[in-house]
Amino acid sequence: MAEIPILRIGDCLLVSIQVDMHDQLALALQDDLTQRIVTDRARGVMIDISALEIVDSFIGRMLNNIAAMSKVLDAVTVVVGMRPAVAITLVELGLGLTGVRTALNVDKGLALIRRIIDNPERGDADRER
Amino acid sequence: MSDRDNIILQLIDRHSQRLLSDWLAHQRRDAKYGGTQREAETAEVARRFLDHLRAGVQLAQFDDVERPEWRPIRELLEDLSRDRAVQGFSPTETATFVFSLKEPLVALLSKELRDDPERLLRETWTTIRLIDRLGLYTIECYARTREEVIRRQQQELLELSTPVVELWEGILALPLIGTLDSARTQIVMESLLQNIVDSGAEIAIIDITGVPTVDTLVAQHLIKTISAARLMGADCILSGIRPQIAQTIVHLGLELNVVSKATMADALALALRRSGKAISERKRLAAPEP
Repeated sequence: MAEIPILRIGDCLLVSIQVDMHDQLALALQDDLTQRIVTDRARGVMIDISALEIVDSFIGRMLNNIAAMSKVLDAVTVVVGMRPAVAITLVELGLGLTGVRTALNVDKGLALIRRIIDNPERGDADRER
Repeated sequence: MSDRDNIILQLIDRHSQRLLSDWLAHQRRDAKYGGTQREAETAEVARRFLDHLRAGVQLAQFDDVERPEWRPIRELLEDLSRDRAVQGFSPTETATFVFSLKEPLVALLSKELRDDPERLLRETWTTIRLIDRLGLYTIECYARTREEVIRRQQQELLELSTPVVELWEGILALPLIGTLDSARTQIVMESLLQNIVDSGAEIAIIDITGVPTVDTLVAQHLIKTISAARLMGADCILSGIRPQIAQTIVHLGLELNVVSKATMADALALALRRSGKAISERKRLAAPEP
């Protein structure tokens, strides 16, 4: 069974999903990731899904779960690199991934995490105004 | 069989000039259009039509215009009806071209077969049937051309109505014009997302000044577009909400869950503020002393 690598960039963790997800792999990823957030004292988690052509409700739920878990451990989760076709499909499925922050690419994702970590109270207020 | 076929052929051979002039006279009487150039053109087409008809009558089964022997005449009619459809002729005017051949042809037939009423009836019947078929074929072509025109216009309208404009570095504007149905939403979404990828924009302003009404369905489509843009990492600002539409949205109990502004200008100001930029008035320099 393939393992999904978790890379560390400063105080962020980068997970790039490039294979088909299934239950076992998703559970293993959640285990590994929560472990690494704690051991590395990570403040941000970036999940790169630019290699995925198909994102179904299962992966959508997994992303939401990871975001919720990271939040409990005080790390912010950003999903990056979603393809237009995937975004349209998710919206048509009614999955807005409302619990997850998103960014266009890894670069912008890092900037977003930095912004949120630097201004924890403004990070979200920024959107509301 | 052969001499029955040939009576029309003989008529066309012997009286082609007269047939042509009678036919054109009928067309002039039936149709309302004028102009000498058009008439010369029509005369030319009519002459070629008679030639092809002669060839067709010689070779083919009479009442089956789908046969390959009739292809030249079909092509001629296709060209004719396409021309006329594009120029804005009515279907009647287009089909009259063919149908008005009936009268002169039957007149000639009846003179020719004065002494044989039974055969006259038979020949008249076949002739009329043939011309009817050709006329119907003309109308079909006409309708097809019109449908093509409509399809092309629809396509053009679709493309025309969904531009994505880059207002500033990292700020896109999507001025929506016309009603949002599912097909258009799909195109709008696709072009917006592709533009987000291409330009790396983080803010998209969706302007609905040109959307006549916002009902639950349109709102649903707007929400979809906004969520899809969010998934690509771009925040949306809704602008151009007219007072009437604001009332409608509240009366319908719609929850758009998005920052909205009354005008595009306000939305742009907010977008600039969010991306840490500002537009300020330039201090006017004092006029230099002479």
